[in-house]
Amino acid sequence: MFCDRCGLPAAEGAHAECAAARELEPPRYCPDCRRRMKVQVVPTGWTASCVEHGTRKG
Amino acid sequence: MSQILDRARARVLADGVGLDQAEILEILRLPDEALPELLQLAHDVRIKWCGPEVEVEGIISLKTGGCPEDCHFCSQSGLFSSPVRAIWLDIPSLVEAAKQTAATGATEFCIVAAVRGPDKRLMEQMRAGVKAIKEAVDIQVAASLGMLTQEQVDELVEMGVHRYNHNLETCQSHFPNVVTTHSWEERWSTLKMVRESGMEVCCGGILGLGESIEQRAEFAAQLAELDPHEVPLNFLNPRPGTPLGDQPVVEGKDALRAIAAFRLAMPKTILRYAGGREITLGDLGTREGLLGGINAVIVGNYLTTLGRPATADLELLQDLKMPVKSLSATF
Repeated sequence: MFCDRCGLPAAEGAHAECAAARELEPPRYCPDCRRRMKVQVVPTGWTASCVEHGTRKG
Repeated sequence: MSQILDRARARVLADGVGLDQAEILEILRLPDEALPELLQLAHDVRIKWCGPEVEVEGIISLKTGGCPEDCHFCSQSGLFSSPVRAIWLDIPSLVEAAKQTAATGATEFCIVAAVRGPDKRLMEQMRAGVKAIKEAVDIQVAASLGMLTQEQVDELVEMGVHRYNHNLETCQSHFPNVVTTHSWEERWSTLKMVRESGMEVCCGGILGLGESIEQRAEFAAQLAELDPHEVPLNFLNPRPGTPLGDQPVVEGKDALRAIAAFRLAMPKTILRYAGGREITLGDLGTREGLLGGINAVIVGNYLTTLGRPATADLELLQDLKMPVKSLSATF
């Protein structure tokens, strides 16, 4: 599993800063495979798509 | 009481004439103890010359990422190792976003593209998008598509785009430190064409790009010379992978001083809270800015980052007894 903000392994290093930043950012990396996702932000939400693992919404 | 505040009260508040560059610098150098009085004066100026209404706007990225320019603050430049990937928004999603924006009470919907300037494909997408929005939603459409040719300016007017955003980003003397792929003067040229076309001019920038206090005053004075209908005021939100990714965030009191200074430089403009206010000012600062010269907000999310929920800002406006500007109202 990977950090969806920085793309590094979630179990390695500290990701508290990433988690805090994610409150005002959509995810950029797929947490399953660390591919960069295609992210569309709209006024009321976002969608993030991984070519392998599908689309997430927030 | 500070002499500069006395002068501002006599001229800006009484006559609606903005401060000049040297005076703006004096404002930016005021000590923290003078901040409450400064914010109150900026608020009084805003109320007298703009009224209590607040213009609410939503923005949307029609084309994200992959930009050929090197604006050092921007995660959408294709020249940096930013995690932002290129993506286009389809027309049905664009219309849905306009509907969601209008549902908040917003009167403005700005369509933005990360480009140097629009190509034929983008202009065709704009034409289809603006038409579809106008058929489905009662909201004014603005655009921000980079540098334009005269032909493109004319096309946007014909489509019914009523306001065009093109930020100068920072003052002329600092611009080459922030962008090297085009010039401040090229941006000014587009703004001149937009003004002459009859479209409303929206032009602001970002504070915290490494500019000095003197350059911040220079920027406010240059914007005042342009005299835009609207000035969106952003605060740098340092983005990973960009050259300014490690730049410190503007300190809250400096941000509030800048808001008041920009209001005293441009007493009659629409001064809009834009990106970065959440990390620079937080909830309390957002309130103070609205009581210190701001009279417009972007609600909801930004282009690649997230904002406060629209309901939080709307509740704040209600609490401050500041009515949301309606479509029939004019500043």
